[in-house]
Amino acid sequence: MTQVDDKTYAELEQIAARYPEPRSGLLPMLHLVQSAHGRITPEGIEACADILGISAADVSGVATFYTMYKRRPVGDYHVGVCTNTLCAVMGGDAIFSRLKDHLDVGNDETTPDGKITLEHIECNAACDYAPVMMVNWEFMDNQTPESATQLVDDLRSGNEVRSTRGPRIVTWRQAERVLAGYPDGLVDEGPAAGPASLVGLRLARENDWKAPDSPGLETGAGAPSSTSEAEEGK
Amino acid sequence: MTDTLTPVLTDSWDTERAWTLPAYESRGGYGALRKALGMEPGAIVEAVKESGLRGRGGAGFPTGMKWSFIPQDNPKPKYLVVNADESEPGTCKDIPLMMANPHVLVEGVIISSFAIRANKAFIYIRGEVLHVIRRVQAAVAEAYAAGHLGQDIHGSGYDLDVIVHAGAGAYICGEETALLEGLEGRRGQPRLRPPFPAVAGLYASPTVINNVESIASVPSIIEHGHEWFASMGTEKSKGYGIFSLSGHVANPGQFEAPLGITLRELIDLAGGIRDGHQLKFWTPGGSSTPLLTDEHLDVPLDFEGVAGVGSMLGTRALQIFDETTCVVRATLRWTEFYKHESCGKCTPCREGTWWLVQVLSRLEQGVGSESDLDLLLDQCDNIAGRSFCALADGAAAPIQSSIKFFRDEYIAHLTHGGCPFDPAASTLFATSGALA
Repeated sequence: MTQVDDKTYAELEQIAARYPEPRSGLLPMLHLVQSAHGRITPEGIEACADILGISAADVSGVATFYTMYKRRPVGDYHVGVCTNTLCAVMGGDAIFSRLKDHLDVGNDETTPDGKITLEHIECNAACDYAPVMMVNWEFMDNQTPESATQLVDDLRSGNEVRSTRGPRIVTWRQAERVLAGYPDGLVDEGPAAGPASLVGLRLARENDWKAPDSPGLETGAGAPSSTSEAEEGK
Repeated sequence: MTDTLTPVLTDSWDTERAWTLPAYESRGGYGALRKALGMEPGAIVEAVKESGLRGRGGAGFPTGMKWSFIPQDNPKPKYLVVNADESEPGTCKDIPLMMANPHVLVEGVIISSFAIRANKAFIYIRGEVLHVIRRVQAAVAEAYAAGHLGQDIHGSGYDLDVIVHAGAGAYICGEETALLEGLEGRRGQPRLRPPFPAVAGLYASPTVINNVESIASVPSIIEHGHEWFASMGTEKSKGYGIFSLSGHVANPGQFEAPLGITLRELIDLAGGIRDGHQLKFWTPGGSSTPLLTDEHLDVPLDFEGVAGVGSMLGTRALQIFDETTCVVRATLRWTEFYKHESCGKCTPCREGTWWLVQVLSRLEQGVGSESDLDLLLDQCDNIAGRSFCALADGAAAPIQSSIKFFRDEYIAHLTHGGCPFDPAASTLFATSGALA
């Protein structure tokens, strides 16, 4: 039995109160349940149902629909390998297969030390960094079977690991708390953009390519601020 | 003539701490908001209509027209919902945009909400992008602290609250009515339309749902004028857009260009197809848009141009595959994706995607027969267009188009008794000289 403690219950109520209609809070509330309990527990479902005035079956129906909600305990690090077509072709299949061997687990299984849950995931919107992995939903770009095994070894031995364009990796339960709407102060870690995101912008800078000048004198809204000869371009 | 690339939304991505309010304001950010608050809401709708901005989430519906469908005589509250559930395979533009420049989205949300007279807006971000969610949460908090959000914004008398909402893993929630279900705390299953969300959307109230990039384009239209926006692009596909190149090119990445640029130009910008290889097939706008080949390198990438060759511009998610890639394997994997993501509401999609996977798997293993190709096409006919939403159409698209262009390759699997390709040759870490 994993009881919902008073703090968690109060926070669940807080989440529901953010919305014009409380039930809109259910998705973030379930993220908070995972943060508190390490999975979706029957007690967590009951608490959500109780707060929202709906049946536990209603809550269960939602919890079983979305893939981020887990009914079995998740390790400290959820390691996702994209095996949708583009990443698979670029090496995701080889990475996933290597990690299954290396960790001796199957898909959606956790290592006996409770550290790592391995799962193959669908497209995570980082295709220009293929093959892509996610650790607790942080980007690990441009992976190889070798970098992937090193990554999981580092995670298992407690070495600090950073996203390739984000912050240091927190635990899965800490990450779930952010998804519930409770920021963790790591927003300023990592760059604005990774290298692939900047390929076009770098070319534009090199060639002095710009959006047309604003007809007015004012500048802003992320538009070009210089008054140079954009008209001269190709 | 406009330049080859026209960075607007991406223009700040290489600057120091670009995601913060001071960085955004130092470039004139929130200037468009102040201008908008001095305009009539209807004039903003008109400006967006005149700009020719069409939805950047794939469908290309005119954004200003969508806004004008909101019945202003309806006494219920109006809502703006931003679709930040970017999940279409190949699509990877909104995620880096929100990571690097979240304030342009927040500013767009405020202006757009003001235009449709909404006092509450939601940004629904897929849950699997933790750092992006942090950046958007922080941008909204900074905007509140600066008085860009909340009560009586800059003395205008206008109030707006924005809620950042994390999803929980469901491709289908990129479909706008399924997204509303998710936002109402339910299973993400699409709704029957009509009524359309503009009339009965979130909480059965008038609701506008727009893609991240569409909303983020609004501040530039207000700041520089609709003529400025419309001076880029082609006759019916105005403005700029982010083109995402991935796969077998030398330098994959994001390229913000006027609509109408061609794949030939983009591949050139990306340093060409990876060394020693040739283009085989590509998706113009994600896996739900029919495949194209090297015959289509000079098609203008605008809504009409891509439709003219039987595909769709979609989200400008250009996934590039060279000759080492087995098109049957690629198609099977996409089909497995649609099977996994079918929400189960409509029978043709729920059952049909499973049948597609079974038949395709047999073919891929070389144990089917040539008549299976006709069976597959027949199944596609019974799935596409027969469900509530477009997921079923998307599931059929890669199969129909790959059979159209690569029928021989399917048959080669049968004569070869399996896949004739070496999967190692198409990986990023294949040694040069790996067999092609």
